Amino acid sequence: MAAISREEVAHLARLSRLAVTEEELDTFAGQLDVILQAVAQVGEVAAADIPPTSHSVPLTNVLREDVVTPCLTPEEALSGAPDAEEQRFRVPRILDEDVAS
Amino acid sequence: MTTTLPAYDEVVARYEPVIGLETHVELGTNTKMFCGCPTDFGGEPNTRVCPVCLGLPGSLPVANKAAIEATIRIGLALNCSIATWCRFARKNYFYPDMPKNFQISQYDEPLCVDGYLDVEVNGETVRIGIERVHLEEDTGKTLHVGGATGRIHGATESLVDYNRAGIPLVEIVTKPIPGTAALAPEVARAYVTELRDVIRSLGVSDVRMEEGSLRCDVNTSLNLPGQEWGTRTETKNVNSLRSVERAVRSEMLRQAAVLDAGGRITQETRHFHEDTGDTTPGRSKETATDYRYFPEPDLVPLAPDPAWVAELKAALPELPRLHRRRLQQAWGLSDADMQSVLNAGAVELIEATVAAGATPAAARKWWLGELSRRANESGVELADIGATPAQVAELQGLVDAGKLNDKLARTVLEGVVAGEGSPTEIMTNRRLEVVSDTGALTAAVDEAIAANPAIADKVRSGKVAAAGALVGAVMKTTRGQADAQTVRTLILERLGVSA
Repeated sequence: MAAISREEVAHLARLSRLAVTEEELDTFAGQLDVILQAVAQVGEVAAADIPPTSHSVPLTNVLREDVVTPCLTPEEALSGAPDAEEQRFRVPRILDEDVAS
Repeated sequence: MTTTLPAYDEVVARYEPVIGLETHVELGTNTKMFCGCPTDFGGEPNTRVCPVCLGLPGSLPVANKAAIEATIRIGLALNCSIATWCRFARKNYFYPDMPKNFQISQYDEPLCVDGYLDVEVNGETVRIGIERVHLEEDTGKTLHVGGATGRIHGATESLVDYNRAGIPLVEIVTKPIPGTAALAPEVARAYVTELRDVIRSLGVSDVRMEEGSLRCDVNTSLNLPGQEWGTRTETKNVNSLRSVERAVRSEMLRQAAVLDAGGRITQETRHFHEDTGDTTPGRSKETATDYRYFPEPDLVPLAPDPAWVAELKAALPELPRLHRRRLQQAWGLSDADMQSVLNAGAVELIEATVAAGATPAAARKWWLGELSRRANESGVELADIGATPAQVAELQGLVDAGKLNDKLARTVLEGVVAGEGSPTEIMTNRRLEVVSDTGALTAAVDEAIAANPAIADKVRSGKVAAAGALVGAVMKTTRGQADAQTVRTLILERLGVSA
């Protein structure tokens, strides 16, 4: 059985605002399936005595002091932007409200 | 859709509300959550940004220790358990308010869980359960431009300023709050007020709703008695304490109208409008799975040392509820009097005025009287009226020294509120000082006696109360700038009557 369906790929594409053609959906579903199957093999070898992990280094509490460091200038900040106006990044309007938080 | 809304009394007689609140607090740290950019308010666009908060390739976030500490202290003040191990998570979504295309937040492993906050409503204590307190980063500010109107509608482009992106943001989520019936709107407001006071007492944020450092989303649902909880809506854009109350009430009425008509409530985000007090539908919410949360690979887990947490707990300041109780005793106020001080938002103002030298009674008189009246008239919070506790204490000092009477003091206060300067300056500049020149006063007294021979005779014959009319006449000629008691004594002296 496929690890990811064509519909799931279409849904992910929509969430990422990617225009994907019908043919591409088939291609990507196939490619992603191979990747997911490969990753799933890791789950098969992981035994009960191996705790799940999200980080490859056994570190915790890497923190910084609350001290101000220099910022970029607005010119530097905007230098890589495709477009800018009024010292702000200019992007196509997204039909949505502020989403986060 | 226009429907006639049912009466509030009928709604709460038929339905039971369940509310919940999500509050976001911008921390007052020096720097952002994951980089050293400053957090100060109001800089020119994109002057507080660096490769980390712009999400440039190769940059790596490092968590701000002061923000972690502040969040733990908030959790402790809200009686939460502090996680011994937790992680940040990526919340993925497509919107340009975060340059990375994701927000670093916390998902299933918040820093603080399972607490409560006791709030008082109508003299009753209501315990509000706290589900979680977690730490995330704030978003940038988008400005919609282009098109015909230049505003959101018809805008073709967005201009983004990332100064705010990455400022530490604490999210505090309550458990669902059932059982408040008709008081639901007031409970919601009392909770946000108490939460604001608690956070302010910790000194970790300036918690100003009008500046957006405290923001609130209100969840509301209705159900029939004995039935399961209804579908909830989430109301955003609630930007004042008063709006919290209005938003719950308005949403209860709207939902009741839908349910009465046999309709169903859609789970959605709604926007509150300050001007009308109504809510309108926003986007239909993406589900949690659509955010594709996963542990943030660029940040290692947090494992707060229990000894450190215990230290922070021991060092918590006196919390507002206890503090208020202590003040009430010190000021000798009844529960009802204390309640009116609280309702007026005057506790800290009176406290500071007393600290500046006024008696509690005098401080309370000014803040609850003249200043509250003016604040109500101009629709501002008492704290923003324009008079400081130090100025009020100074004003009372002038009254106590006999330089101002009550009427003149109110005139001076008017000048203080209008920003004319300190009470002493205004008194001097506007020549409002009580006439204490005995010669001038005596002349005014003699004039009044001469002008009112019949009244003067009455007083001479022992009807001391009649002197009031003469006092009034003197106050008139001195344009109110005399001390009524001094005038009275002088009149009685001149008429040879002992007081």
